[in-house]
Amino acid sequence: MNDMPRTSGADPAAAQAAALAACWSCRGPVDPASLFCATCKAVQPPAPIDHFARLGLPRAFEMKVPVLEQLYFGFQRQLHPDRFAGAPAKARQISQSQAVAFNEAYETLKDPLARATYLLKISGAPIEGEGAHTIHDTGLLDEQMERREALFEAGDLATVEAIATAAREDAKAAIGAIGGAFARGDLAAARIETLRLKYLVKLGEEARARRARLGAAGTA
Amino acid sequence: MLLQIHEPGETPLPHENEKGLAVGIDLGTTNSVVAISREQKVEVVRDARGSGLVPSVVAYPEEGGPLVGEIARRQILDRPEIVVSSIKRLMGRGVAELEKLGAKLPYELGPAAEGGMARLKIGARLLTPVEVSADILRAVKERAELALGRNVDRAVVTVPAYFDDAARTATRDAARVAGLEVLRLVAEPTAAALAYGLDSKSEGLYAVFDLGGGTFDFSLLRLEKGVFQVLATGGDAALGGDDFDHAVAARFLAERGGEISREETKQALVAARLAKECLSTQDSWDGTLMLDSGDSDHALDRAALEALIAPFVERTISICASVLEDAGVEAKELGGIVLVGGSTRVPLVRRRVAEFFGREPLADIDPDEVVAVGAALQAEALTAGSDTLLLDVLPLSLGLETMGGIVEKIVERNTPIPVARAQEFTTYQDGQAAMAIHVVQGEREMVDQCRSLARFVLDGIPPMVAGAARIRVTFSVDADGLLSVAAREGTTGREARVEVKPSYGLSEDEMAAMLRASIENAADDMERRLLTEARVEARRAINALEAALAVDADLLSTEERATIDATVEAVERAMAGGDRHAIQGAAEELEHRTKVFAERRMDRGIRKALAGRNVAEIGG
Repeated sequence: MNDMPRTSGADPAAAQAAALAACWSCRGPVDPASLFCATCKAVQPPAPIDHFARLGLPRAFEMKVPVLEQLYFGFQRQLHPDRFAGAPAKARQISQSQAVAFNEAYETLKDPLARATYLLKISGAPIEGEGAHTIHDTGLLDEQMERREALFEAGDLATVEAIATAAREDAKAAIGAIGGAFARGDLAAARIETLRLKYLVKLGEEARARRARLGAAGTA
Repeated sequence: MLLQIHEPGETPLPHENEKGLAVGIDLGTTNSVVAISREQKVEVVRDARGSGLVPSVVAYPEEGGPLVGEIARRQILDRPEIVVSSIKRLMGRGVAELEKLGAKLPYELGPAAEGGMARLKIGARLLTPVEVSADILRAVKERAELALGRNVDRAVVTVPAYFDDAARTATRDAARVAGLEVLRLVAEPTAAALAYGLDSKSEGLYAVFDLGGGTFDFSLLRLEKGVFQVLATGGDAALGGDDFDHAVAARFLAERGGEISREETKQALVAARLAKECLSTQDSWDGTLMLDSGDSDHALDRAALEALIAPFVERTISICASVLEDAGVEAKELGGIVLVGGSTRVPLVRRRVAEFFGREPLADIDPDEVVAVGAALQAEALTAGSDTLLLDVLPLSLGLETMGGIVEKIVERNTPIPVARAQEFTTYQDGQAAMAIHVVQGEREMVDQCRSLARFVLDGIPPMVAGAARIRVTFSVDADGLLSVAAREGTTGREARVEVKPSYGLSEDEMAAMLRASIENAADDMERRLLTEARVEARRAINALEAALAVDADLLSTEERATIDATVEAVERAMAGGDRHAIQGAAEELEHRTKVFAERRMDRGIRKALAGRNVAEIGG
């Protein structure tokens, strides 16, 4: 009984210093990064951590998608709301927020453009939104303008197809360049290449829409 | 209620657990099927003649209750004015939309319900599509209860993958009115894949081509070690075998000439359907259309039928092509194509699917029953536990109306669900106290080309200069594909009061009235559910306390422990009784009595963590 504290009421500041949270179910100490309470096994809310940490991956652009998927499936097997169909309302609600967090992490990390954009953001060099500096690379802008103009003027499927193929090839090259830049720790280069990839992906989408319109006009 | 507004971060799930039988129900446009799975052995509930199909047809005679199924279908020829069929096509549709269908609709529309939901005039009755669907579900539930000799109160109900939020909500409401708790709404192609995947232990990419009576879905899934991951889905919520029937009937009626009544149109559709079904196995058909305004003879061969239905079939193929492109998958990468839905029996459909995918499709499981089989498996998985996992996607993008009627997409289609996305809004006038928000679903750029889901007003915004308010609106889509919206005003931290005005749908009062009218013991039903939830919650509290005592019992004095034990006993006693308020009261008392214990456990945890760190720091 010598462990009996004299004070009643845990000090929130002390809890924070000790990196502990109170479990919603048994109200005992729990590591905020854990998925389940070690004492009462209740599912815990998603920790405020980045997408890489959530899936247990190193914070890097290089990504083996099959590995990512296995990790994602493994977490969803434990946390998806289907696993909590008979659980108390609060546990079901937490399982849903966990599944949402893992879905978001997976969606962001599996796609190279989303992954690069996110990695730049959490590295303090965002390409969009607040804190994003304008990128002065007139070469990149001119090049993209020319391609979009060419696409806009393309009158037949073959030309559109050629533009789309070139965009796909260049996107692959940009992904390689992004990987190289992140590996070197060159965030400035990573930003430019990510922007290039963003333009190329957009161009690919526009080419697709254009092809659909030309195709529809062709059959009509 | 179409949209539920909650406090941010407190989106509840509408499912509960009760002991009892849970079934899988395929609520189809033309036929419905119910099945039950026990230890992954699925049994389709059949009638005396061995048929698992219950025609989704309801007759409303002046006397007595509604008639459902074959008995109702037989009424179409004699008394078409009291019969409703293909109601699924109207689920979640707005009045304006139905009025547009106008002449095509074989029903007269009555005045809309209070929440804006369309109502059909059937004889002297006014019925919403939710009520008609509930009558079908109730009949299917009773059929299962009769066959299984047990009470059935929970179900996995399937919906077309391409159903939007309004149609999904309407389906869930129909099940509630029928006295069924919906464990999960599962997309039909996903359910079919589940039935196939568990059967064959397949792995790889699969496509499900689901052409039913009124809906078309095409889904692309990856099957891997018990995970069913939907990659992309597409379809048309108003394309199916019914369209084939309409095309054939239109030809017959054109051949006859003259004016045709609404009732005669229904009768012509029956003949058209017979001709279509006959031409699936034979090369030609002839028959007589016997209507009140006179008889007429008609003939149709398979080539003529195929010419009539080809535009609809081509539309399904072009949807397949665009879903594959969306997912960046080529037809040759697929491990198999699964056929689902009665309309895939039409030879032209099979032929075109085989041509497009360059292989023969799979139809080993009866295409009429495969969806119910998958639903039953999922019902068992949700109640008894399972290693399989369904990961589904949002079928249609969710967005908001912005300036000029342009849609701003908040959640893109084919995003895995559950999903939550937040969007910040601000005021554009000084002192603006309210803001109108219009939620839409669809892929088009303009609001009027998308499905309007809800309009609501955020009010109670504190007075500020324009652009200073930070209103964060969170869209959450749960694992059923159902949307809820929460809002918070950021600068003051105050919750903005949110008013929901569904574009159409049932108001809570209407829902309650329907429940009262349809189930004599609706109140009991609701009360039983709340009681179960109270017991589940009380059990959780006791289990959590026991787990904590196993670790930290030494933090309590003998007297304190005795008090807690007595409180636990009181909770156990309350749980044995049937008074939910007593259970909740006892559980609250337990929470209160263990507060000090919880605080000491936190203190101990903190001390241990800090001590560990100090040691580590000194050591390092």
